[in-house]
Order: sequence, then C-alpha cells, then structure tokens
Amino acid sequence: MLSQPHPYPGKLIIVEGIDGSGKSTQLSLLYRWLLSRGVKAFFTEWNSSLLVRNSMRRGKKKDLLTPTTFSLLHAVDFADRLTYKIIPPLKAGMVVLADRYVYTAFARDTARGVHPDWVRAVYSFAPRPDLALYFRVPIEVSLDRLLTGRAKLKYHEAGMDMGLSHDPAESFRLFQSRVLEVYDQLGQEYDLRVVDAVGDIHSQQLLVRRLARQILRDYHGTVADLAAAAAD
Amino acid sequence: MHGQNKTFYGHGLPNLKVGPLQGSLIVIEGTDGVGRSTQIDQIIAWLELQGYAVTNTGWTRSALLSETINEAKAGHALTTTTFSLLYAADFADRLENTIIPALRAGFIVLADRYMYTAFARNAAMGADRKWTRDLFGCALIPDLVLYLKIDVDDLIPRVLEGKGMDYWESGMHLSLGSDIFDSFVRYQGRLIREYNRLAREFNFITVDARQPVDHIQAELRSNISAYLERSRVTSVDLSPSQRATRP
Repeated sequence: MLSQPHPYPGKLIIVEGIDGSGKSTQLSLLYRWLLSRGVKAFFTEWNSSLLVRNSMRRGKKKDLLTPTTFSLLHAVDFADRLTYKIIPPLKAGMVVLADRYVYTAFARDTARGVHPDWVRAVYSFAPRPDLALYFRVPIEVSLDRLLTGRAKLKYHEAGMDMGLSHDPAESFRLFQSRVLEVYDQLGQEYDLRVVDAVGDIHSQQLLVRRLARQILRDYHGTVADLAAAAAD
Repeated sequence: MHGQNKTFYGHGLPNLKVGPLQGSLIVIEGTDGVGRSTQIDQIIAWLELQGYAVTNTGWTRSALLSETINEAKAGHALTTTTFSLLYAADFADRLENTIIPALRAGFIVLADRYMYTAFARNAAMGADRKWTRDLFGCALIPDLVLYLKIDVDDLIPRVLEGKGMDYWESGMHLSLGSDIFDSFVRYQGRLIREYNRLAREFNFITVDARQPVDHIQAELRSNISAYLERSRVTSVDLSPSQRATRP
C-alpha cells in the first residue's frame, strides 16, 4: 500500500521529524490555513487512540515494554486510527492531516534495534500519503527547544529505555541521533519532502503551504461538495 | 538440559541470541472447545511428578494486554487488523517476559495455543496470510507441537455440553450466518480447515480429539516422553565434553 497511491478522493498530508523539530506547530498552522480556505480538514495525531491507551500507560509506568511490544502497541494504535479516523475522512473526500505517520515507527523502532524489514511488514497496510513532510533539525536545536519549552524530557522520547546514559539530555542526544540517521535514509526511500526546520517559522510555513497547494491542485472538495456542484 | 537449540520463525527479537536456551517449548494447538486446558492441567501435574519444572502460558494472558483485549472485545470495536495486532502484541509480551526467561532457566514451557492459532484465525477472518506470518517473525519455533484434531460435527455437542457457543468463537463478528449456530458451524469449519492445513505445513503431531479424555492424555504423554527421550540423547551427543572423548 505504501508503494502505490491510495484510491480515495481525499488527500493525506503527514508530518515527520524528531521531537522538538517544530512539525506540530507547522501542521497546526497549515490546518488553520486550510480551514480558512473553506477546505474540510481533519486532524489526527500519533498514539492517541483509546484502544491501547491503558496498555500503553501500564507498560510505560512499569517499564514493561520491550522494543517489540512498544512497536506492536503503536501499530495497534495506528491501525485503530486508520480505521476510524483516517480512512473515513479520506473516503468522504476530506483533507486528513496526520501528526506523525508510519515513518515515525520505522525510525524509532529501528533505532531501538527492531528489524527494519519486520516493522515495514507490520505497517504494510498503511496507505501512502499524498504529501509527507520531514522537518529536519540538528539534535542540539531540538534539545534546546524542548528544554526551554518544558523542564523535563519524556522517558521514551529520550530513549531512556535503551540504557544509553543515565543523563536524560545525553540519552536524548544518543538516541535521537540514531532516529535522525534512520529518518535521513527514509527520506530517500519514501520520497519525504525535507523542510529545513532550523529556519524561522514563517518561512517554513510558506514552503509548507506551497507544497500543500501543489498536491491540492487536483483536489475538488469533499464528495458532498462535488455532489452539490453537480446538482447546480 | 532437555531443550534443543532454538531458532526464530522470522527476523526474531532485538538484542537476543537464542542458541543456548535450555528448556523445551511444547505447544498444544486446537480449536475452541476441543479440550486443550483439561489436557494441559493433567500434563503439567504428570511432568512435575517426574521432576520437570513447568510453566504454562496461554493466549491473551499477558500482563500488558489481557485487560485491553477483553475491553476491546466487549466494545466490539475491533477490525481484523487491530485484532491481529493486539494478539501479536500479547504474544510478544508473553514471549519476552514469560516464555524466553523460563526456557533460559531450563523449564518446560507448555503453551496453550501459539502463533498457529493466529495464522488460522486471521486466515478465517480474511487477513492477508503473508502479513500475519510476518507479524510473528519474532516467535521462537517450538520444539514440539501437539494438535488436538476434531471435526465440526463432533465439536458441536462438546461445546454445547460445556460453556455453550460464545459470540467470538462462533465468528459472529464476521456475520457468517443468520444465527449463532449457523455462524459457529461455518466459522469453526473454516478454522479447522486452516488448522489442518497448518498441521501439514508445520508437521504437527496430530492427536484424534474425538477419543475419550484419558486416551487423548495417554497419547499426548507418550509423544512428550518420546520427545524428552530424544532431546536428552541429542543434548548429550552434542555436549563438547562427550565429543572430545570420542576417537
């Protein structure tokens, strides 16, 4: 599925990047812009389905998760959101904005030592996005942003489960460097459009909108819009 | 030491070499209501009397996921894909936290169902066969798989005399028939056909589950004894000190 365009009338735009790359900020700006243009847009984010929320919480709290179960729980979350939050709006002809997509799993799980072919096989049911944006940022910049924004780094985000270092900032550096390396390889493998995420927010957003406009060229609104236009 | 060298079914688990696991992984497969748990209870008691340490593990019993799976089933919100992934996550959790540690400590692990149940169910639900098998690439290949084989006609009275036909075991989520009985017949028919196919592909030892309980038990025991005898001989043969004394 990831290798061929999806058959739905809607459009799927996704953002990727390490924590602190600013991708969520950019996606929410894009979301508001689309709404202001009268586009019916739908927003969904990684790890937000109710189905595995308790398992995820239990696993993280008690440190029960291994790289394999961590990967599979996220796959359940993704499959659940795909069924209820991504495919239906795409079928209705809406523009779906996803904050993180399967490439997050490919990057993080591979960085945790999971076999790259296995994680690709697990997610092979995912439809290919119409636009995949990769916000590329050096580790030090993202670390700076995260530490000024909130005082503490999250356990798994810093890769503390890997036992790379007892110091969260150092662990983050080591783990996210691996993630970054995998992302860079994925960029070529899956045609992710690279956005230099060090630059200022406004110029990044202008680039994001330009790229979005390109893929929306052949987009003519929701199925309901089209039906209404045909009736006129 | 009774176990033989283990290998993974696919890509395996990160950071784990499986060669030196000493224990044995014995799997009991068979469809719903065929009498697996009755047989397993008796086997455990019998093995322990002989001085073997035994751990048992069963489908959807992981600490991480059993509650989630039960909740999800209650809510009927699952699709074939989420169902399969939840089962795979449950399996991986038990594999890493129960099965492998026990094997490393030299236990016999008796598994009530294994990845073959996922293969059979997913096929019956219409999931992609290759995808299902890829999911279980982290699984260890068992030392012995004992398959309790039955046909639908003989299964029906057994299930009805037992706990009755259950929503999921009748495949009601697949809308296969107008009532639970019709659905049960079709769904279990499909499942059993899949199990039979898997039995040939993976060389299960098939035990006729239409026999009385104690006959089945005797047959299971003789197969397990033969396996333990075989692997004891093999592991002595392969030990370096024995090899060194040979001319």
